[in-house]
Amino acid sequence: MSGAAAAAGAADQGRHSTLSEITLVEAVNAALAHELEADPSVLVLGEDVGVNGGVFRATAGLYERFGPERVVDTPLAETLIAGMSIGLAAQGMRPVAEIQFMGFIYPAVDQLLNHASRLRNRTRGRLSCPMVLRAPCGAGIHAPEHHSESTESLFAHIPGLRVVVPSSPARAYGLLLAAIRDPDPVVFLEPTRIYRLVKENVRDDGTALPLDVCFVLRDGGDVTLVTWGAATRETLEAAERLAQDGVEAEVIDVATLAPLDMQTILESVEKTGRCVIVHEAARNVGVGAEIAARIADEGLMSLLAPIKRVTGWDTVVPYAKLEHDYMPRPEAIVAAVRETMEAA
Amino acid sequence: MQRPVEKAPSARGSRGESDRTSHADTGSAGEIVAQFEIRYTRFLDENGRAVRELPAFARDPDVMRPIYEHMVLTRALDRKAVALQRTGQLGTYPSSFGQEGTTVAIGAAMARDDVLLGTYRETGAMLFRGVRIAEILQYWGGDEAGSDYRGPGAPRADFPICVPIATHAPHAVGVAYAMKLRREPRVAVCALGDGATSKGDFYEALNGAGVWQLPLVFVIVNNQWAISVPRSAQSHAETLAQKAIAAGIPAEQVDGDDAVAVYQAMRNALSAARDGAGPHVVEALTYRLSDHTTADDASRYRSADELERRRALDPIARLRSHLERAKLWSEADERRLEEATAARIEQAAAEFLALPPPPPEAMFDHLFAQLPEALREQRDALVAAAAAHRAETVSGEEDGQ
Repeated sequence: MSGAAAAAGAADQGRHSTLSEITLVEAVNAALAHELEADPSVLVLGEDVGVNGGVFRATAGLYERFGPERVVDTPLAETLIAGMSIGLAAQGMRPVAEIQFMGFIYPAVDQLLNHASRLRNRTRGRLSCPMVLRAPCGAGIHAPEHHSESTESLFAHIPGLRVVVPSSPARAYGLLLAAIRDPDPVVFLEPTRIYRLVKENVRDDGTALPLDVCFVLRDGGDVTLVTWGAATRETLEAAERLAQDGVEAEVIDVATLAPLDMQTILESVEKTGRCVIVHEAARNVGVGAEIAARIADEGLMSLLAPIKRVTGWDTVVPYAKLEHDYMPRPEAIVAAVRETMEAA
Repeated sequence: MQRPVEKAPSARGSRGESDRTSHADTGSAGEIVAQFEIRYTRFLDENGRAVRELPAFARDPDVMRPIYEHMVLTRALDRKAVALQRTGQLGTYPSSFGQEGTTVAIGAAMARDDVLLGTYRETGAMLFRGVRIAEILQYWGGDEAGSDYRGPGAPRADFPICVPIATHAPHAVGVAYAMKLRREPRVAVCALGDGATSKGDFYEALNGAGVWQLPLVFVIVNNQWAISVPRSAQSHAETLAQKAIAAGIPAEQVDGDDAVAVYQAMRNALSAARDGAGPHVVEALTYRLSDHTTADDASRYRSADELERRRALDPIARLRSHLERAKLWSEADERRLEEATAARIEQAAAEFLALPPPPPEAMFDHLFAQLPEALREQRDALVAAAAAHRAETVSGEEDGQ
């Protein structure tokens, strides 16, 4: 980068150090722009991410600003997108690849499982894979079939891979910066339902948030609600309703699903004695099952009541007409909390 | 079995209007808008005699002798590895027996800074590029540390061998993209087998390499067998090289048992790619004289007759015969090489056999750049359990004495 460009970048940053009232998808865009500006090894690639600016507009304006070599429209080929990111990363680049929808991510699983997650281990650190694979996830936007899944547990099960799900614009910004700067591969799942639902001020100063830790979104002493992604909305709403009845819920946004920060969760459960886990993904072998098992293993003696889970059904995610019957509602979360309160 | 296509449909791809006009009158089937050809090249016949004018390097001892020496070394390593496996000192091993001409020529044609992305049957290329024999044995002995190439001049940017089929082809696109983006005069070389050309990964990678005109050379090492599935059952295409045409990439076939032909094709493709001319596909027609691996028995699916016929095409004997005829090699050279090779192999095997087992915690220590807090407890538990198990084993042995 030329000195002039660097100066312009710094000036630009000065002018826009606080992005007022931006959405989650705009925060993603801001984080990508920040890293493209700051680090010449960063590049963005995927289907329609260039000229079109991404089907969700996550990469809008980046092509114009950073050019076609660093904001790359790829052929329509998910294996290629994931696989070439590994090659780029092994060469010292920092690719941030976009898979257009979660339903199209599965050809990339082979690459993540067989290669991205094990390149460092296979070469004893000679090569590494600092790549980010972004994908929109979850239901709730009346999308076509194959656009609404929450299959994060598939990725969380892969050793050597980080799985991160932001739940607000500020966390999307800070966690994506951290993911891009992380020396290992990160799957970054962006809940489409909250892409534009909430707006908040985000400081565009390049400050990353920590990976591998949970965020406590609300303090409370009566019950621990553990959740992530879009379901944080319903969970926080449930917590407000419970508060009206004098039940104070602690709400934990797991944020990094793997590796899992159990310490924060266990400390909270030790305090409250009750735990309800909320996720949009199907219950069977979901990340909630791992969290429940770990609490049973390491925090059983703190429990006053059985751990409850409020999740999507163990069905195929329904097409638009029924998708709202699929997802956990605040009432279901409140009801689950009441059950745990009645147990002891 | 695949036969070399020596005479293919001969019109060139017609891209211009004038070509269109000249092909316009083709009757009701419509005008021909594109035509393609695949050429096959061989310099040395099975007896090592030149069948066409040889390139200058074929008489250059500095080029040809190292190629021949590494072919002999590769075969000797394969023999040793199989012997070690049969005596329980090495894991499952895939021999390159019969493919030495191709694999060594690939390695010899590449520049130091190029990046090799190969399969488990590119031992010759790896040796040529500076991977140590002991490292190759360490890897097949079951220790990932063998892929941490540490010898003098080791190809530190080369990918570890790819075990799944064709999944490394997209990696090569990324490697080549990085090289092009940084304006480096380097090339990625992706070697894969005939079976790999049936996979979508291969096509996605070809397509990407074509779109971005990357410095990337694919070598299809067509050894005629994907474990038990013959080339004829793998694809109805006349050549595997022609799969490149769909991606707009020039492609050719060479006699893979003629190291001169492979080296020539690779040198040309690499040099063109280095000069910005984009990707290229070389299909090397060779033959896997060994079983797929030491865990395979090829006699279950291929005939002894076929094997005998192919043994006669041995790339090593062929090249030696050429070198002797060109006065680049002598009986004395051969004796010296045999002795030196045997000594190198024995020394490397001894080094390999003396290696301590990897520490158990190695499985945690290279998973991430830094061990995540979430894994610390598991790592501690492993270290404790492994130490207890070893102590128990040792005390058991002492009790037994």
